[in-house]
Amino acid sequence: MGAGIFEVIGPVMVGPSSSHTAGAVRIGAIANRICGGIPARVNFYLHGSFAETYRGHGTDNALVGGILGMSPSDERLRNSFQYARKQGLEFDFNTIDLGDVHPNTIKIVMHARDGLIHEVIGSSIGGGSVLISSVDNSRVEFSGKYPTIFTSHEDKPGLIARVTSLFADRGINIAFLKVFRYSRGSDASMLVETDAQMPADLIGAIGKLEGIKSIVYINEIYS
Amino acid sequence: MFQYNKAAELLSICISSKMALAEVIIQAEMEESGLSRDDIWQMMSERFDIMKNSIINGVEKELKSKGGLIGGNARKLYLNLNSALSGKTATKAVSYALAVTEVNASMGKIVASPTAGSSGILPGVLLALAEDYDYPREKLIEALFVAAGLGRIIAINATLSGAEGGCQAECGSASAMAAATATYLVGGSPEQCFNAAAMALKGLLGLVCDPVAGLVEVPCSKRNATSTANALICADMTIAGIQSFIPFDEVVEAMHRVGQLMSPDLRETARGGCAAVPTALKYEKTIKK
Repeated sequence: MGAGIFEVIGPVMVGPSSSHTAGAVRIGAIANRICGGIPARVNFYLHGSFAETYRGHGTDNALVGGILGMSPSDERLRNSFQYARKQGLEFDFNTIDLGDVHPNTIKIVMHARDGLIHEVIGSSIGGGSVLISSVDNSRVEFSGKYPTIFTSHEDKPGLIARVTSLFADRGINIAFLKVFRYSRGSDASMLVETDAQMPADLIGAIGKLEGIKSIVYINEIYS
Repeated sequence: MFQYNKAAELLSICISSKMALAEVIIQAEMEESGLSRDDIWQMMSERFDIMKNSIINGVEKELKSKGGLIGGNARKLYLNLNSALSGKTATKAVSYALAVTEVNASMGKIVASPTAGSSGILPGVLLALAEDYDYPREKLIEALFVAAGLGRIIAINATLSGAEGGCQAECGSASAMAAATATYLVGGSPEQCFNAAAMALKGLLGLVCDPVAGLVEVPCSKRNATSTANALICADMTIAGIQSFIPFDEVVEAMHRVGQLMSPDLRETARGGCAAVPTALKYEKTIKK
């Protein structure tokens, strides 16, 4: 736990459990950003303690609420299934053994309205904090505590420098930067976490760079 | 310049700066977060209102918990205030603590203080005293800063998580925070606030985290109740001049070590204690279907 007094008296949240409820909302909310909005259909695969106790902790309501873009303090979470129906979101819950991972881990498979399928794996690691370990089959590691972008791009020289220079031009400090690829010259991904908010024109400018196939902005998960 | 990690450091900053305990805690948070005093005050003030609302909701409504094990107990106790053996204010505080845990278990909005599982204790003590002694709002918010600074010391030197330290880390810490809050409200000195907290945490040392079926209902809700009474008794002992033989910082250290010695079966895994008795196991089978 951090040392801020508002982590002692806080967070403000809908109960009953910071790890099984608030953390589950946040993993769902990150998945929502990665999908680019509310998907048409979502399959939840719950592992470990999530699989065993999800009903009694409202983890199911929390995950659906997160996918709908709700925050951990949203009092509509309790009735999130009704809101899902109104928004045309179909969902199902399954249990799974993901192997040697954190006991509160979930795999979320989203069928987006544009026909694409996105997959997110994340863990609720305590006190409502979360850690995302896989996005669209890329191994990642981020918490959503910082403004974050996740790209899919071509593995070509100079692209990363062009992205980072766009941040430099705007005076935005990059806190963490990670790049991944499947094999040389093939599809690659980039994860950028910054100290300051990223303005919409910056996200737009990165998205227009040659070689960038897609970009998602993950923000306001902890606000 | 206002940074503190231990109670002893915080108390010496109060003396050297000639500032009140709550003010030193606010100044330290300003330094650490970069936020203004107004912003920090506003954030705590909002939390106070949410605590108050969660109590009103819990006492007025018959809430049904997600797991179906608790609900309606806050109201039962509240209706029995006038004939309570343990006194009206203490019983009201306990009723309020139950109310927050019932709101929490029914997916209502609460302030984790310090955790969701122990979220009833501090609001219970604070709002019962607020009503019965009519303190100004400003003083009540200051009392929350005192509790927050004290909880921060436990977070730094031990843990506030049941999975790491057992229930002593959650309800024990919350009871210590509430004891300091009560002591502050009745006019205790900064030393007395920590003295009450030391006794409250000692009283709950070794308390295990054994949630039935892993849910934040049994025994969590009623442990919030008993930890609330514990906080008020320790504030009363302090005001009467009773000294804790062990200073607060050392009680925190002891709590940390006890948590490390505790079997994982007794740290939120629902494998020991109340979670492993026949009644609990029978219930667990029914909800996992």
